Amino acid sequence: MPTPHPRRRAIAALCATLLAGSLLAACGSDDDKTDSTANGGAGDSNGQITLSVGLFGSFGFEEAGLYAAYEQAHPNIKIRQNSVQKEEVYWPALQTRLGGGGDLDDIQGIEVGRIVDVATNQSDKWLDLNQFGAQTQTGDYLPWKTKAATTKDGKVVGMGTDVGPMAICYRTDLFQQAGLPTDRAELAKRWSTWDGYLEVGRQFAANAPKGSAFMDSVTGMYNAMIGQQPTSYYDAGGKLIYDTNPSVKNAFDTASRAAQDKLSAKLVQFQTDWDQAFAKGGFATISCPSWMIGYIKEKSGDGMGGKWDVAQAPGATGNWGGAYLAIPKGAKHAKEAYDLLQWLTAPEQQKTLFEKRGSFPSRTSAISQVSGTTDPYFNNAPIGQIFGQAAQAMPVQTLGVRDGDIKVSIQNALNSVEAQGVKPDDAWKDAKASVKAALG
Amino acid sequence: MEGRQGVRQGGVGLIRVTTPRLAAAPLTSGQRWRRRGSKAAPYSFIAPFFVLFAAFGLFPLIYTGYVSLHRVRLQNPDAMSWVGFDNYTTLLQDEFFWNSLKNTFTIGVISTVPQLCLALGLAHILNYKLRGRTFFRVAMLMPYATSVAAATLVFAGLFGRDYGMLNWFLGLFGVDPIDWFNEKWPSQIAISSIVTWRWTGYNALIYLAAMQAIPHDRYESAMLDGANRWHQFRHVTLPGLRPTIIFTIIVSTIGALQIFGEPLLLQGGTTGMNGGASRQYQTTGLYMYQSGWQYFSLGKAAAIAWLLFLLILIVIGINAVIARYRMKSAAAASSSAKETR
Repeated sequence: MPTPHPRRRAIAALCATLLAGSLLAACGSDDDKTDSTANGGAGDSNGQITLSVGLFGSFGFEEAGLYAAYEQAHPNIKIRQNSVQKEEVYWPALQTRLGGGGDLDDIQGIEVGRIVDVATNQSDKWLDLNQFGAQTQTGDYLPWKTKAATTKDGKVVGMGTDVGPMAICYRTDLFQQAGLPTDRAELAKRWSTWDGYLEVGRQFAANAPKGSAFMDSVTGMYNAMIGQQPTSYYDAGGKLIYDTNPSVKNAFDTASRAAQDKLSAKLVQFQTDWDQAFAKGGFATISCPSWMIGYIKEKSGDGMGGKWDVAQAPGATGNWGGAYLAIPKGAKHAKEAYDLLQWLTAPEQQKTLFEKRGSFPSRTSAISQVSGTTDPYFNNAPIGQIFGQAAQAMPVQTLGVRDGDIKVSIQNALNSVEAQGVKPDDAWKDAKASVKAALG
Repeated sequence: MEGRQGVRQGGVGLIRVTTPRLAAAPLTSGQRWRRRGSKAAPYSFIAPFFVLFAAFGLFPLIYTGYVSLHRVRLQNPDAMSWVGFDNYTTLLQDEFFWNSLKNTFTIGVISTVPQLCLALGLAHILNYKLRGRTFFRVAMLMPYATSVAAATLVFAGLFGRDYGMLNWFLGLFGVDPIDWFNEKWPSQIAISSIVTWRWTGYNALIYLAAMQAIPHDRYESAMLDGANRWHQFRHVTLPGLRPTIIFTIIVSTIGALQIFGEPLLLQGGTTGMNGGASRQYQTTGLYMYQSGWQYFSLGKAAAIAWLLFLLILIVIGINAVIARYRMKSAAAASSSAKETR
């Protein structure tokens, strides 16, 4: 090894020290960077403001052209959307940012399964929307929608976007091949109860086209049944009752029975296999909250247009999913963010979102506007009327703090019944143990 | 490791150069400063590692221990309440924790053992004069350069039950579709295959480097003694590789105990966090993630992290003891062999 000149070596040592220093500095400079974009966002000379919207899944604002319309009406506003596909990835990441206080978007989406937790345990981290005048809007919402987002002391932490009234979406071509009627009124009559739905399922299974099961997953059916109950996992006092509530156990048992009768394609919802099965005809029916309409179109592709149809669900009602928009404390432009939030959740925009994406309005004045909507992709089904009736009959649901975790634990147990052949009793025990681990 | 050795050599060279000048004349202040600076140089070279380690390794380690003694929820990380060792005692009675340890063990074994055996075989083959040897060596390292997420997503597609390529291929031979996600052993094998695919080449290159350091005359004398290729491999290559093999076993064991990304992403979503619908492939690393990032119990997750850390230390300890014992007995065997000769 050639020996370098001492001075050169001293310089090298200096460089190493500088390098170490700059590495550390680089690590520390994340905050500076956020700040500088914040300042850039806060407005250059001509008062430009960039609002960031953090969402999960597909709210469809961008796809329905709402951002573009808002930007056109407000030339000083630019909207930037940060969307994460999976809610279970989006939410923990948002929680860390709320804890650390950094890099929050001006508007953040909240899933309905989280909203009570936010209103109960986290209201100090979100802005009370009443301070911007939300109270002028909340009267227009389905009552339970706003109630879930209201804290004990009357703060409103989020404004509703959509709700998920239930129907059954089905493939007319597969029904025809199985020798079943395809008319939506006729089918609705046959499956006016869940037992009727399973009966149609058994008839389908007897003559099913190769590679097609009756339903995608029994978890969808379970969620649909739970969505028809006024109380599910918690009682009105906030006490955990999921393991003693007969309607939860009934939904679990009915779904297990469907699994044991091999009526499902044994898929896990929102997984790749499930996505592929839409296009490949892996199942003939799916429990269909209105937001599923957009999902079915996207995953089935244009080729399936006209092959899908929508019929009233057993029980003719139910709610599954839906979301809120909220403004975290630490949002850089709270006032402008509220203006956008209020516009996005206004009746006009809720109507547009239903017509273009299938997200059903949570505001009564918008619900009355969409009753005439039909969808050519779904064989011109009167989706406005079907989902509208389901929404009108919706029970006032008691939501709980950890609804989401309980739902996931039970879903996993049901998946183990349908895909692994676990006995329903054992699966129910597993579900209870999981809930205990989750809430412990 | 190599970097630090390089620095040490540089330091030695430096003293050699300055020594004659020291004898000739008393030091000027500039020289003295330079000498002090040159003594400090090696430390400044290694400082970045230790500074970064303290900030991103040691501090989090200790802080995790502190968190594990509290009840903390992710939503309000500032609101900590002291619970002593409650998190640990609950975990030791938690069936899911023990389940995850079992899965970690089985997945660890079925991914590490084939991986190291394959790597040894590949290295042996690549040690011959092959056409396009460099190409093969680079190709072997490619999986290692792929991200866990990308690799797992591709593998998950191949392993799909209804529309996966592997089941389609097996179907050509009349094999019924295997549910690579929902059945216990197929799902664990699927995960192991991703791990094996990613790490075999890496270990093979380490073995290859060690093989090339074995003096060639040993092979020549073995050949003179009439040893065929297999005998050469067993009696020359393997003993020469022993320290390297121990190193790779330790590193792979640590890696196996930390397996996390592959099971999380194989099915993905909340099922992935659960390690399958009935936790059939939930590893301890994954249970830690689920506790912290799905259930939001940071205290419990921190306790799992520390138990995992202790477990790794224990396993390394066992490894080291076995290695030392084997070295000793091997040395004793060879010396007694010499005596009899």
